[in-house]
Amino acid sequence: MHIPDGYLSPASCVTLYGLSSVSWYSALQRIKRNIASRTIPLISVFAAFTFVIMMFNLPLPGGTTGHATGVAIATIVLGPAASIIAVSIALALQALLFGDGGISTLGANTFNMAVVGSLVAYALYHAIAGSSEITSRRRILAAAVAGYLSCNAAALVAGFELGIQPTLYHDPSGAPLYAPYPLRIALPAIMIGHLTIAGLAEAVVTAGIVSYLQRADLGLFNHAQVALPAFPSKGSGASRLWLMVAVLALLTPLGVLAVGKAWGEWSASDFENQQARAEIARTSRQVEPPPTPSGIRKLSGLWTAPFPDYAPAFIKNPIFGYVLSAMFGVGVLASASAAVDRILRRKPKGELES
Amino acid sequence: MRHSIESTLHHFSHALSNALISEKIAARQTLLQKIDVRIRLIGTLLLLIAVVLSHTYRGILVLLAIALCLAILSGVSLFTLAKRVWTVVFLFTAVIAFPALVLTPGPPISSAFGHFQVTETGLRTAILLVLRVETAITITAVLVLSTPWNKLLLATRALGLPAEIVTILGMTHRYIFLLLETASQMFESRKSRTVGILHNADQRSGAGKTAAVLMMKTMDLGNDVYTAMIARGFSGEARILEEPRLRSRDFIALLAFASAAFFCFWIGR
Repeated sequence: MHIPDGYLSPASCVTLYGLSSVSWYSALQRIKRNIASRTIPLISVFAAFTFVIMMFNLPLPGGTTGHATGVAIATIVLGPAASIIAVSIALALQALLFGDGGISTLGANTFNMAVVGSLVAYALYHAIAGSSEITSRRRILAAAVAGYLSCNAAALVAGFELGIQPTLYHDPSGAPLYAPYPLRIALPAIMIGHLTIAGLAEAVVTAGIVSYLQRADLGLFNHAQVALPAFPSKGSGASRLWLMVAVLALLTPLGVLAVGKAWGEWSASDFENQQARAEIARTSRQVEPPPTPSGIRKLSGLWTAPFPDYAPAFIKNPIFGYVLSAMFGVGVLASASAAVDRILRRKPKGELES
Repeated sequence: MRHSIESTLHHFSHALSNALISEKIAARQTLLQKIDVRIRLIGTLLLLIAVVLSHTYRGILVLLAIALCLAILSGVSLFTLAKRVWTVVFLFTAVIAFPALVLTPGPPISSAFGHFQVTETGLRTAILLVLRVETAITITAVLVLSTPWNKLLLATRALGLPAEIVTILGMTHRYIFLLLETASQMFESRKSRTVGILHNADQRSGAGKTAAVLMMKTMDLGNDVYTAMIARGFSGEARILEEPRLRSRDFIALLAFASAAFFCFWIGR
């Protein structure tokens, strides 16, 4: 799952560094606000622990062996914010000092494993464990499921990142410039190994540690989380969320770097244009497209978007068009959410204010 | 199949020996080691960006040649690079790139594997991927092998990382080796107490328990380190020593790195 240098395009690397940076900033702010001067040593030693855990060789059913990443157990013990930082630090050291994973792809690797892995593990562990006793078997099951699925979720995102490369980045002859396999090959290739081996290794380590701690040191479940609470203090989440939305809106012009059209997003006019038809055939394993399908011809005029191709007619600069479209979309969604929230909060008639 | 305890011990010793080799090479006073670590780090990143941006063999081959020159100038032997980097990376990347020869659509060329035909596009894709990955990892390896790791981590401050993160990076690096040694001792003592063959289920259970005990030791270590830091006046705010000022030769090196990266990007467009 560690993507080395050279497999992802510069635009993908920058986008994923951007997404990871927002997560690092958010996690760091959350930790700093709630500490505890013990944060720095605690995260440091736990990052070192995660690093060492990644080297454990685990025998798995079927005679094979696998490695865990330690993401799920870091999330269970430290909470998601500290886990994001600790696992990112471990991955940075692996890339920088041991050549495992690349430097240009560090943003992608931390996004997949530290961010997606930690958030999925946190959500699943708490959803399954609920308010059960700290010593209950349900928590061991929750840890195993969180370990297995967080590892697979991270692999799925990595497979997606690798699988979109040949469609988006290729030379004029169609030769992929970075990871060479499309989604239909990349996703099964990466998921088979993780569904059968790596996910199991993660489940074994996570459940094994939780089970042992239930018998040996219950305090450890609470100890670190007291120092590093998982949730932000009241009232501070919304502003950060808006900041993240703003950053993502500003990143939308990365779309203009993409060459050609996404597969399957052709318009009726594309089927009539010779150049577009050649592009469709090239991305469809040289299968010649049919004449404009009648369904597409009939339905394509049904609705005319106000901002076709994310570029309003009056805007000449495509980058500005993307940002404006993103702001418009965010505004519409925020207004719709506010309206739904208002309807849901309306009290039934006759109910007294408390 | 190798016993999982032996295999884990092998991983640990490999990591420790890598660190020792780096420290040994980094201690030499060759040309590259005389340049400020921050400049070396920024220069490496510029070359890596050029590798990723290059769309043709030409640009990447020139970058590989630059990486080899840097290796020789830093006292990193090509044998060490071949043994520790190129062979491993080539095998790993070749496994991934090989199917692209027949799976990438394009005009077929003469060689054929049964029903599959090697395409010209596939051949170019596979060569470009292997070359790009080898070059990127060679550039990183030269930096890592020729720089003391603690200085390299401190130099990340020049990239604008917050002091907290740089402090955590430095501390993590230090405690990785302590925990590697602790884990290694735990596995060795377990191995010395084991008679006969352990079944897979017992090995799994043993590895889980070892991981849990290691985590308990980690948390104890965290508390000890925190207490020691408090005793030395730590107030919760991360501070790191100011780096020395850059000298004129550092600026010349930065200019050389930037020019080389731009040149390779230009010819590799």
